[in-house]
Amino acid sequence: MKDIAFGQYYPVSSFVHKLDPRFKIVALITYIVAIFLANNYYGMAVCALGFFLIVLCSRVPFKKVFRSVKGIFVLLIFTAVLQIFFYQESENAKVWQWWIFTVSDESLLHAGFLVLRLALLVMVASILTFTTTPVALTDGLESLLYPLKLIRFPVHELALIMSIALRFIPTLMEETERIMNAQKARGADFESGSLLSRAKAVIPILIPLLISSFRRAEELGDAMDARCYAGSKVRTKYKKLKFSWRDLVGLLVIAAIVVGVVFLKRFGAV
Amino acid sequence: MRIQAERLSYSYQAGSSFSAYALKDVTLTIEEGEFFGIIGHTGSGKSTFVQHLNALIKLPTADKKFKPKKPKKGQPAPVYPSLVIGKYDLGDKKTNFKELRSKVGIVFQYPEYQLFAESVYDDVAFGLKNFRSELSEEEKTVLVRDAISAVGLDYESVKDASPFDLSGGQKRRVAIAGVIVTRPEILILDEPAAGLDPLGKKEIMELLHSLHRDWCKTVIIVSHDMDEISENCTRAAVFSHGELKFVLPPSELFLHDEELKALDLDIPVTAKVRLALKAKGIDVQTDFTEEDFAEKVLAYYKGVRA
Amino acid sequence: MKAVEFENVSFSYQREDDENRKFAVKNVNLSVEEGEFVAVLGHNGSGKSTLARLANALLQAQEGKIIVMGMDVSDPAMQFEVRKNVGIVFQNPDNQTVASIVEDDIAFGPENIGVPREEIGRRIEKALSDVGMTQYRDRMTSALSGGQKQRVAIAGVLAINPKVMILDESTAMLDPKGRREIMQVVKRLNREEGMTILLITHFMEEALLADRAIVMNRGEIVMQGTPDEIFERHEELETYNLTLPGIGALCKKLQDGGMPVPYVLTPEELAEEIAKCVFRQNG
Repeated sequence: MKDIAFGQYYPVSSFVHKLDPRFKIVALITYIVAIFLANNYYGMAVCALGFFLIVLCSRVPFKKVFRSVKGIFVLLIFTAVLQIFFYQESENAKVWQWWIFTVSDESLLHAGFLVLRLALLVMVASILTFTTTPVALTDGLESLLYPLKLIRFPVHELALIMSIALRFIPTLMEETERIMNAQKARGADFESGSLLSRAKAVIPILIPLLISSFRRAEELGDAMDARCYAGSKVRTKYKKLKFSWRDLVGLLVIAAIVVGVVFLKRFGAV
Repeated sequence: MRIQAERLSYSYQAGSSFSAYALKDVTLTIEEGEFFGIIGHTGSGKSTFVQHLNALIKLPTADKKFKPKKPKKGQPAPVYPSLVIGKYDLGDKKTNFKELRSKVGIVFQYPEYQLFAESVYDDVAFGLKNFRSELSEEEKTVLVRDAISAVGLDYESVKDASPFDLSGGQKRRVAIAGVIVTRPEILILDEPAAGLDPLGKKEIMELLHSLHRDWCKTVIIVSHDMDEISENCTRAAVFSHGELKFVLPPSELFLHDEELKALDLDIPVTAKVRLALKAKGIDVQTDFTEEDFAEKVLAYYKGVRA
Repeated sequence: MKAVEFENVSFSYQREDDENRKFAVKNVNLSVEEGEFVAVLGHNGSGKSTLARLANALLQAQEGKIIVMGMDVSDPAMQFEVRKNVGIVFQNPDNQTVASIVEDDIAFGPENIGVPREEIGRRIEKALSDVGMTQYRDRMTSALSGGQKQRVAIAGVLAINPKVMILDESTAMLDPKGRREIMQVVKRLNREEGMTILLITHFMEEALLADRAIVMNRGEIVMQGTPDEIFERHEELETYNLTLPGIGALCKKLQDGGMPVPYVLTPEELAEEIAKCVFRQNG
């Protein structure tokens, strides 16, 4: 369970940590657009370079960032396999063929490209959660979505729900581990057997977890009421979001990546 | 079954920069028939130790991928931690761990939060289904009925009830029944009285004594409550920062009041009164149970009077 | 001024037209002076926690009247003001933390009542120093120990500047060390800051710190007095499923054995009394 690195704030002080969360969210979206704009390895190299720069400036260990790929590992393999065997564009560069499976230089290159794209995507997204506290993240989101309030979209509530969800990730992970241990001690087996029996084995974990989550939700509701929570009417904000020179530097970096990728598109697609 | 742990060590996130010993070189023997106490703060290593006893944490030598390191020339062969419970060698990957788990039952803290089945019967039978699938339904029913009665509940009136409709104390009893149903020889309970009111505490401790008498040969409790330890245990082990500091019967353990205080641990009420009396020049020898302490103080009083 | 006043208050979790409805709180009369420290004792399910929820308007009494700092709790318009004045610290430290970072969590209350930003910063600082957690301001709440989490919860209530603090079995899930930490904080808040404290607990020894103790059984107040007076009536306590703290049980055993020691509350006092008996015998 402890391998799930995604969503866990990494508490150090760094350039990236101090960026305005609104900027970070917009920058992440821009970066993702850049990744999808990049259509060849040159462009992807620029994205990767930008990624390494960001990680270095965030003081989050590379090991932790790389670990966030673990969650989508199966997806990556699946994508790669699909691409390698079923990618067909030109018939002339075949390396190996059997029945309906074809492997070519192109398909290999293409598969590598897609895997890189997906991995970068997830890792950069994880940098956002590593360097931004849930409250800052949701404050940023709330502020960015503010215009939606005009159409009566419950922006504040949505942001609060998100921050509470993030806050409870470690608590529920701990709880899951505890329940798993208890059921294991009663002979439950989660590691072997058919898919069906493994799915069934989840029930003794899931039900206690659900019940305790309901209990937690109820108690949290009471605690929030007792602490005078009454929606966003009179609410003030302790942490005010402010843009600083750092965001300007960040903006330049992101802009450089986008310009680089767009410029390098001229060298053709993979 | 006797528990023999030798040089037990365990570190979380071994190899990484965060590596910290949760357990360090612990050698400890718990005899069959003991009512054993384990004392320590959160993070002292006591939970890690307990999880070893049920193979929830396995010894490095029991790992499927384990290969013994070849000793370098001129150096002695590496010594690995070992843990033997009865006939089960927990350091051997060929050991039948499933069978071991049915012999060493663990009741975790707040066990009522692990209940999941639709009826009390099904929940208690869960362990049987996993460990003793060869049994017939009739045989299972007998075991389940016995376990539910053993924890002091009326089988007929609770068996079909939803475990979630029971009171807090009853839920905890059902959870304990769900562990003892496989007839473990060793029963381990982590803070069995946590969150209970004084009466609930008293009842749970009485239940444990009755289980110790008729059901499980060895009972091990993990507890913060020193009065609980001094009143109930034959011996107690004190853990601190992953190390084993003491293994003594309460009558000797609580003579080490200074050392326990240095570990930020409490002592029983009887030990506190004894210390205060000693400062006034009245020295009473006691095993620190309330009963014995009162007796000894009265004897002193009457001795003085006579 | 009276901080909290209950007048013939009854409450049931069942519907009013339910014929055999049970009352969680029944005909309770209670008045707590400003600055007073009152302990509410009772076994699990005696109705003591319902009392806390009624005082904070989380529940509404079906009968009777509750006045908090001069405000009627049943008045919906006053609910917000009531909650500003009466803070509750709950039992489970994990289920009352809203935010992942300590200071963000403490800010939650003051933010809700519209305290300006700079003032929130000052209140966080004061609250953290009140509970002795100043150096934890930027830490993750999930990485704290139970006692520390509970101290953050107290700080979160303090930051709203309430007049009354109710601790609803706030130490029940803690180890002895965490429990001591909390009781020290509570004692200091009462003695030095003049905070009115309503301590709901089943740990009899915690009640020793209080000016007054109340025993509840089946929703009713069955005993009232100073902790000494309450513990003196240990036989009555036992009928309400409450046992004396270890020290009281020891006193009883000595008395039964023919030693004339009175009921005392601390090991030091008991040693004192035993010594007196012994030396008296000695002449």
